[in-house]
Amino acid sequence: MKNINNNTLNIASLNHWFGHGETRRHVLQSISMEISPGEVVLLTGPSGCGKTTLLTLIGALRKVQDGDLKVFGKQLFGASRKTRQNLRKNIGMIFQGHNLLRCLTAEQNVQMGADLLSGFSYKARRAQSREWLRAVGLEDHLSKLPHDLSGGQKQRVAIARALAARPKLLLADEPTSALDSSTGREIVDLLKKLALEQSCSVLMVTHDPRILDVADRLLRMEDGQILPSV
Amino acid sequence: MELNNFLTKRKIPLAWLLLTRQPLRILVAIAGIAFAGILMFMQLGFRDGLFDASVTVHKLFDADLVLISPRSKSSISMSGFPRRRLVQAMAHKNVTGTTAVNWNFLLWRNPENLSTRSILALGFEPSKPLLIDSDFEIKAKTLTNKGRVLFDDLSRDEFGPISSWFKSGRLVETEVAGKRVRVSGIVSLGPSFGADGNLITSSETYLELSPGNPKGSIEIGLVRLEKGSDIEKVVRSLNINLPSDVKVMSLKSFIDFEKNYWKSSTSIGFIFTLGAAMGFIVGCVIVYQILYSDVSDHLPEYATLMAMGYNLRSLLGVVAREGLILSIMGYIPAYLSGQALYALVRASTKLPVEMSFSRASIIFFLILFMCMGSALAAMKKLADADPAEIF
Repeated sequence: MKNINNNTLNIASLNHWFGHGETRRHVLQSISMEISPGEVVLLTGPSGCGKTTLLTLIGALRKVQDGDLKVFGKQLFGASRKTRQNLRKNIGMIFQGHNLLRCLTAEQNVQMGADLLSGFSYKARRAQSREWLRAVGLEDHLSKLPHDLSGGQKQRVAIARALAARPKLLLADEPTSALDSSTGREIVDLLKKLALEQSCSVLMVTHDPRILDVADRLLRMEDGQILPSV
Repeated sequence: MELNNFLTKRKIPLAWLLLTRQPLRILVAIAGIAFAGILMFMQLGFRDGLFDASVTVHKLFDADLVLISPRSKSSISMSGFPRRRLVQAMAHKNVTGTTAVNWNFLLWRNPENLSTRSILALGFEPSKPLLIDSDFEIKAKTLTNKGRVLFDDLSRDEFGPISSWFKSGRLVETEVAGKRVRVSGIVSLGPSFGADGNLITSSETYLELSPGNPKGSIEIGLVRLEKGSDIEKVVRSLNINLPSDVKVMSLKSFIDFEKNYWKSSTSIGFIFTLGAAMGFIVGCVIVYQILYSDVSDHLPEYATLMAMGYNLRSLLGVVAREGLILSIMGYIPAYLSGQALYALVRASTKLPVEMSFSRASIIFFLILFMCMGSALAAMKKLADADPAEIF
């Protein structure tokens, strides 16, 4: 039996509502799940079932309304804004759109991630950024602006940026949805390989049936509930 | 250690990159700030220039103390007092010399087109010092002949091409107050609010030109003191010992007295300060617009940064630094254009409009305040950056 406190993520009877009064919707209903270190978990389900809401709660981007949510053993229910903010530094995020900063080059975008680490000189952080871009195969595109990169390349930069902050948990929201199937496959394989090298857990929300096989575990969600695994 | 600290703290210069990767926007911003700055430079420059111009002659007086009538309100309404008071002032042990000065407006006839115009005439005894100008003494000697005047070549052109005629060796004669005078020299004083031009003549000629002047009455008495005298002490003692039909003040207070009249008793100060305030407000609006739309355009990116773990304070810092960069980049062209426009104003109006350090720094701080205030207002928009919305 594994010690539950070592888990990257522990969720127990988590509820969440949107709206007020008549229009109030129960979007997450008594969710319970956990992720252990280094595990890659995929979350699927029809759109509007609450996947993204769950992701933002785990990412400490929203206040927990009801239930237990522990990330790296830290309780997020009732956590202050500051606690959530500090926690976010240890959580990497990859978005559906790449969400790169348009005014920064690929290298500078990755360095925005590396800059979150304390105790390294500017040079060291820049060297790390270059290292990450090499790892995602973009060593020839260091000084290109997002504008000049293809969709796949942008998503690679986004992965490099997320990993440059050395997170212990990586949250990805449909990272392949804007990419063609072969590029999507590459990206997901790369994501898994690099995350595992860092012993970083991954929780990925996806619609894409072609990439389900990268998961250690597959969770299905419907109407705000996680379905029992088949 | 310091350097090491800097190297660990150094980050991507996000504010700089946000601004410079949008050359059109930053150009508009700089043009707007520079425009506001130029407006402030011009308005405040005119204001100070006009105030300085009102004392161009005052500043040149060779005197430590000045005697005027208590009824005198400004250089355009000088009242007379008995000349004897200067003799009485001589009795003070620190006083080394005095000069009696008549000061009034007379009609000058332009010798070229024969039109007349009011000119400020100063009368004094040519054997005594009047102005601190070094070669003035030689010019003053020419006034010992009757009917001679020194003409101020900085007077407005409407008085006629006196100095160019004089310098070309031509005999320049014209009428002042209906009496014939000859120009025997050229001085450089400068026009002011009240006077479009100046002429200097001997007391004798002055009295002839203005026969209505009460006998023994003068408008200004210049008093020179021994080197190292306590000016304030002498002013006090003279004010006690002289009758109340005369007021004694230091030359500096005399200059301030004149400036104060124009500052407080006319609307000039208000008008130009209001003009500068308009510039300030226009600048605020422009910078706010630029920064607000910059924050709005980059809202998803700010939200992404917050999701990555950057705190709100560091993002507010980015906006603040944008404001700082804009203020410096806008100030430089404003300062340079200000210099150029001052030169233009000096050349065309002969007003002493100069770039002073204090004005240059006041306007810098106004621009800084304008940019930082606008940045502060634009920061409110950052509150809309909700990292939960970007998924």
